[in-house]
Amino acid sequence: MLIFERSHPSRRNAAQAPHAMADVKSIPAALLRQDAPLLPEASEMDVVRHYTNLSQKNFSIDTHFYPLGSCTMKYNPRACNTLAMLPNFLARHPLAPAHTGQGVLACLYDLQEILKEVTGMAGVSLMPMAGAQGEFAGIAMIQAYHASRGDTARTEIIVPDAAHGTNPATAVMCGYKVREIPTNADGDVDLDALRAAVGPQTAGLMLTNPSTLGVFETHIEDIKHIIHNAGGLLYYDGANLNAILGKVKPGDMGFDVIHSNLHKTFATPHGGGGPGAGAVGVAARLLPFLPLPVVAKSPSSVALPSPTGRGVGGEGAGTESTAEYRYLTEADLPLSIGHLSAFTGNIGVLLRAYIYAKMLGADGMHRVAEFATLNANYLMAELQKVGYRIAFPQRRASHEFIVSCKPLKDATGISAMDVAKRLLDKGYHPPTTYFPMLVPECLLIEPTETESKETLDAFVAAMKEIWDEAHATPDLVKGAPYTMPVRRLDDVKAARELDLTWKVAQA
Amino acid sequence: MLASIGVAEIDALFDEIPAHLKSGSLTALGAGLNEMQVARLMRDCAAQDTPLLNFIGAGAYEHHIPAAVWELTTRGEFYSAYTPYQAEASQGTLQVLYEYQTMMASLTGMDVSNASLYDGASGLAEAMLMAVRAHKTSRRILVPATVSPFYRSTAHSIVKLQDIELVEIPYDRTTGTVDMAALAQHAGSDFAALVIPQPNFFGALEDVDALTNWAHANGGLAIALVNPLSLALLKSAGTWGDCPHPTPLPGGEGTNEPLRGAKTFGADIAVGDGQPLGAPLSSGGPYFGFMCCKQALVRQMPGRIIGRTVDLDGKQGFTLTLQAREQHIRRAKATSNICSNQGLMVTAATIFMSLLGQDGLRRVAAASHQNAQRLAELASGIAGVSVAFNAPTFHETVLQLPKPAAEVLANMANTGILGGYDLSADYPELGNALLVCATETKTEEDLQQFVAALQAAIA
Repeated sequence: MLIFERSHPSRRNAAQAPHAMADVKSIPAALLRQDAPLLPEASEMDVVRHYTNLSQKNFSIDTHFYPLGSCTMKYNPRACNTLAMLPNFLARHPLAPAHTGQGVLACLYDLQEILKEVTGMAGVSLMPMAGAQGEFAGIAMIQAYHASRGDTARTEIIVPDAAHGTNPATAVMCGYKVREIPTNADGDVDLDALRAAVGPQTAGLMLTNPSTLGVFETHIEDIKHIIHNAGGLLYYDGANLNAILGKVKPGDMGFDVIHSNLHKTFATPHGGGGPGAGAVGVAARLLPFLPLPVVAKSPSSVALPSPTGRGVGGEGAGTESTAEYRYLTEADLPLSIGHLSAFTGNIGVLLRAYIYAKMLGADGMHRVAEFATLNANYLMAELQKVGYRIAFPQRRASHEFIVSCKPLKDATGISAMDVAKRLLDKGYHPPTTYFPMLVPECLLIEPTETESKETLDAFVAAMKEIWDEAHATPDLVKGAPYTMPVRRLDDVKAARELDLTWKVAQA
Repeated sequence: MLASIGVAEIDALFDEIPAHLKSGSLTALGAGLNEMQVARLMRDCAAQDTPLLNFIGAGAYEHHIPAAVWELTTRGEFYSAYTPYQAEASQGTLQVLYEYQTMMASLTGMDVSNASLYDGASGLAEAMLMAVRAHKTSRRILVPATVSPFYRSTAHSIVKLQDIELVEIPYDRTTGTVDMAALAQHAGSDFAALVIPQPNFFGALEDVDALTNWAHANGGLAIALVNPLSLALLKSAGTWGDCPHPTPLPGGEGTNEPLRGAKTFGADIAVGDGQPLGAPLSSGGPYFGFMCCKQALVRQMPGRIIGRTVDLDGKQGFTLTLQAREQHIRRAKATSNICSNQGLMVTAATIFMSLLGQDGLRRVAAASHQNAQRLAELASGIAGVSVAFNAPTFHETVLQLPKPAAEVLANMANTGILGGYDLSADYPELGNALLVCATETKTEEDLQQFVAALQAAIA
């Protein structure tokens, strides 16, 4: 039942809104709304019950093992939420002067420093609001770098065929042509193809390492030389940073610019689709181009020229501020690629990432990659024993790995999608299905470091049951799921007979 | 576990990484804090940020958020789920998003809504890109100077690399709204869309009917940039103007989308920031961007879209739909690179709108309007202070001061009041101008306190 169907005319929550209906006669009638918007008329209890019941129709990390490959669905510590929602953090206006926000700015500055340390980059901006916006910022910085040198012939971004779809889509948003290069049988970038692809038109290469195939790109240094010798820059898609946190730094691998999905590696919640945060880090030569704003710290005894532009509230141009932490603006970074949001990105998400990083500390940071990798390799070994085909058995798994259900499908007719749907009946969120597209009938499995051996073993047992069912009673698997709020949905009907909003006439 | 894998130690699992690349210890990080220690650290930080009595708006607005909103939103089942790729295991999130799409489409008066973008400013950039795709021949967008300077600069950062030109339209110094005569000079010129802010950055109400008609009469799309809360009171974007679009709206590539049901007037795209609907100010985010449009443009929309369908047994269910627009399917040919959106903020907004309902939302909007009117009235009673423009306003207004706004604000801050946003950097031609906002959260006492502080600051 939809909230609109729980609505009763003129029922309302008197306690939630102003008691009086204020006068609006100073607004000309021609500008006023004539119809009432379609919003529910329901009591607080109706609303609380409705959304509590809806929440219970979800699988989530808090309720289920959620090995969704490439999404890093690790546990989100509750302290991160509680402390990021302290009332003073929530109440602060984005344009309030810096001296009223030294607490939050200190946290953001410290987070920039932590990310510099773990990624090996020279500078960080926390502003991009998701991974894809971090990619945009990164490629826009590559564009700005070449443009600043008068090097305008570089019109192509190279993207491996295993890349996330956001990579080519981002390159296009930045005005580039995309050149795709293939992957070899071991899951690494095909170096000969890369050598053939580079030239004076190459602006850069976008690389995820470990790749979406779940393996570490072993020829990373050759790749770096090929790209840099061609005059291009190397972009690190940090979607899989969790696999190498504390083990190897993108900066040490030779990357010029990176983004990190803080909602993956730094345990901020995925929220049913977001908000995320896609902090970017750069090598020294790209520092002038960082997206705004960046938090700066100055010796507390030294008076700063006040920033002009945003956030200046009570300390505008011409006056001086003694705030220790402040945002850098266009005046400080005139070559910046600019702002990517109206204000300052997803601050609440950044605070959660900061709290998580402070709780991990140096030792915890090392253990993230170790246990994520241990869990993935263990799960890979155990699933292989059950009979599942591992896509790259000759390789170590990183924090994730791929099972191809192609042999299973050939033998039984059971596809990767069927396995995924049957897992729901067993109480597990399925792995990522049909991505990366290079491997037929694939399941991309990422257990994360926060799962216990007992959970992994129970998941293997469920996968064994499905393996047996696929051979003995395949129709049972094809009909799954049976235990969920709905069975398989008609996606074709959804796209052909678009029903995107509820309409009163349907009541 | 190691034995099952066939290695002796965890380090062996990293043997494909060249040894000389491996990092040493992350000494700069220090030791991990336990929960008690990190709580102390964060409480100390928060204590430094004691909020002042706030009269700043400028795109982020202080409203009362009912307690149930975040109690429900931070339930683990919403908080720790991800994008609902597996529909059967995500009916909760999917139904919330379908309800959200319904509420936003109704508020804006449009046919359809997506499931959110990052924020209003980046959403405006996406609307511009969408308008250029739909228009097909022009890459110019007309952007009034009454659009938030933050939005203009953000949109510029995002669209400039695709050779899209933003043309600034000046405002009338008397009304604080778009200068229609200046706009008329662009009649017959090549442009894909006109952005129409309502209310505009000065808080003033634009003549949205005339602007929408002008855009359509001159062959462009109308992009409505709206405050969603104001739409409880103000004419919805889908009903602006009465001039039919001169040519049938493009339906997008390979579409079989019928034009029946599509409105022939009204704005074509409505976009804005959803922050007033339940998102705390939070120093700037997370908020969320919303985008609604006419049915005929739905295949040009960026971002996730939820559809209602049926399952194998004919039972109602919800699923991600029209995914062929998106990066994970179309890659380089996608409508946008967006993947993560602001789902949790949308969950909060849906619960917020459900709790307030049509009547409550209207009360909040009307009370905000009334408080801002009262504030302007009281402030303009101070010698040397006047209201800068004569157009009607929603819940913000521009005050002309006898002294530089920065100086006045610094003095007011000393007495615990954030007095507004100094317009001198963005609109130097206005001189000592201050943008002030009062929402329903302000009492008569608060307003009096503002006026006393302002009076003292300029004395």
